[in-house]
Amino acid sequence: MADTSSTPLLDRSRTIAPPGYNRWLVPPAALAIHLAIGQAYAFSVFNKPLGSLLSGDPANPAPGDWTPTQIGFTFSIAIVLLGLSAALFGKWLERVGPRKAMLAASLCFGGGFLIASLGVSLHNIWLVYFGYGFVGGIGLGIGYISPVSTLIKWFPDRKGVATGMAIMGFGGGAMIGSPLAVALMNQFKGSAPQGVAPAFIAMGIIYLLFMQFGVWTIRVPADDWKPAGYVPSEEHNALITTGNVSADNAIKTPQFWLLWVVLLCNVTAGIGVLETASPLIQETFSDAAMGAGRGVTAAAAAGFVGLLSLFNLLGRFFWSSASDKIGRKLIYLIYFGLGVVLYALIPTLGHNLQLTLYVVVACVIISMYGGGFATAPAYLSDLFGKYQVGAIHGRLLTAWSTAGVLGPLIVHLLHDSAKQKGLTGAAAYQNVFYTMAGLLVVGFLADLAVTAVNEKYQEKGPVTIEAGGH
Amino acid sequence: MNPHQPSAAPAATEEASGGSAVLAWLYVGIPLAWGVSQTFIKALALFK
Repeated sequence: MADTSSTPLLDRSRTIAPPGYNRWLVPPAALAIHLAIGQAYAFSVFNKPLGSLLSGDPANPAPGDWTPTQIGFTFSIAIVLLGLSAALFGKWLERVGPRKAMLAASLCFGGGFLIASLGVSLHNIWLVYFGYGFVGGIGLGIGYISPVSTLIKWFPDRKGVATGMAIMGFGGGAMIGSPLAVALMNQFKGSAPQGVAPAFIAMGIIYLLFMQFGVWTIRVPADDWKPAGYVPSEEHNALITTGNVSADNAIKTPQFWLLWVVLLCNVTAGIGVLETASPLIQETFSDAAMGAGRGVTAAAAAGFVGLLSLFNLLGRFFWSSASDKIGRKLIYLIYFGLGVVLYALIPTLGHNLQLTLYVVVACVIISMYGGGFATAPAYLSDLFGKYQVGAIHGRLLTAWSTAGVLGPLIVHLLHDSAKQKGLTGAAAYQNVFYTMAGLLVVGFLADLAVTAVNEKYQEKGPVTIEAGGH
Repeated sequence: MNPHQPSAAPAATEEASGGSAVLAWLYVGIPLAWGVSQTFIKALALFK
């Protein structure tokens, strides 16, 4: 091994694992990043406090208090920046290695909170957009992709398990971030309006420190490393390549764009449910439909949202691990095939007021939404090799940004249109679910069309991972 | 069937740092378990 003692601490060469390094240290390092940035899914917990900074009463906002639309825009900016920065910084990440990228992600994500805190203190929404949305969003994008290619290199025998474990953290981050934010705001309520600004400072520092565990634990394997006793099977699977395709070439292939459509459809449909989960279940199972005092309350609806988060997390691990056994293409066909049936079933279950079954079906749907995210890196690695899989994954995540805009737009347009026609309860959401089922059919067909990547796109000659970002 | 199935157990050398791996998993597992428990408590309201 080369002497690296004089090279900078963050240099990729300093992160190459020594012989005997336990690869099971890598998933928790990745989880430390994803559990932190997954807080983004819980941003809505700040909606009411941010909307009543002047009045102090969420039920009676004062003139000049920020509107829900203004506040919601912060999250949209963050998600758009997530996709853009993942696409832009993917090749840089492959070149500098995961440690420097994770450090950058932690500084952006933690720093974003601190800037946003200043925006809250000055009551300047643009500073909140810049802090949490723009700077924090860049942290989300770099953080999301930073451990992915490293995990795939450490676990060539269990790619789905490894990426599922990490990306599961992004689903689980909201389950930590939401109660943490509530606890902090309650703690600081006496010292600042709604306690939001100091809570932002505390969260920025907590997440910055928490992520350092990932930064300093992560290691990349040596180029010639492979798991002890690991012998790639000779059994032929046409979709799994032994070659390597660069990120620049990958986007020239139809397979990349088919997967882009696959992810777009999966995420758009899933966001449709997540976006409306609380009002959806309250309107469908209202007192008017169920009988006085028997309808789903706001507190119970919050429980439904929490349950969906849990299945979002579990699905990321379960489905992605299952894809190691049955293959990526088939698992996406299951997401979409089963998804079409379940999405189409939801309105009927709502009409028949079958609450338990309704909740179970929604949980399965969201588990497959999470599974779609977690299986994507392994699918990309199968098709394009591990050479620049992090950068390719980053570019694929622009589908997420697109879906983040498209999903809520479709839901709001169809729901508003149903309301204008006088439809209520389950009927008001019927077309939303049928449209999402239609989207899943498109995703099914796109996945069905995926074939092996033409060898002309592969790198000629041997590639070194360290040169991956040239 | 995925052609990249493992054909042997993880190496003994990897197990040498098993203690560090357990601590690392606890570092991320404890906050995650706390989050999951909070979610469960909230979800109970749905079935009351």
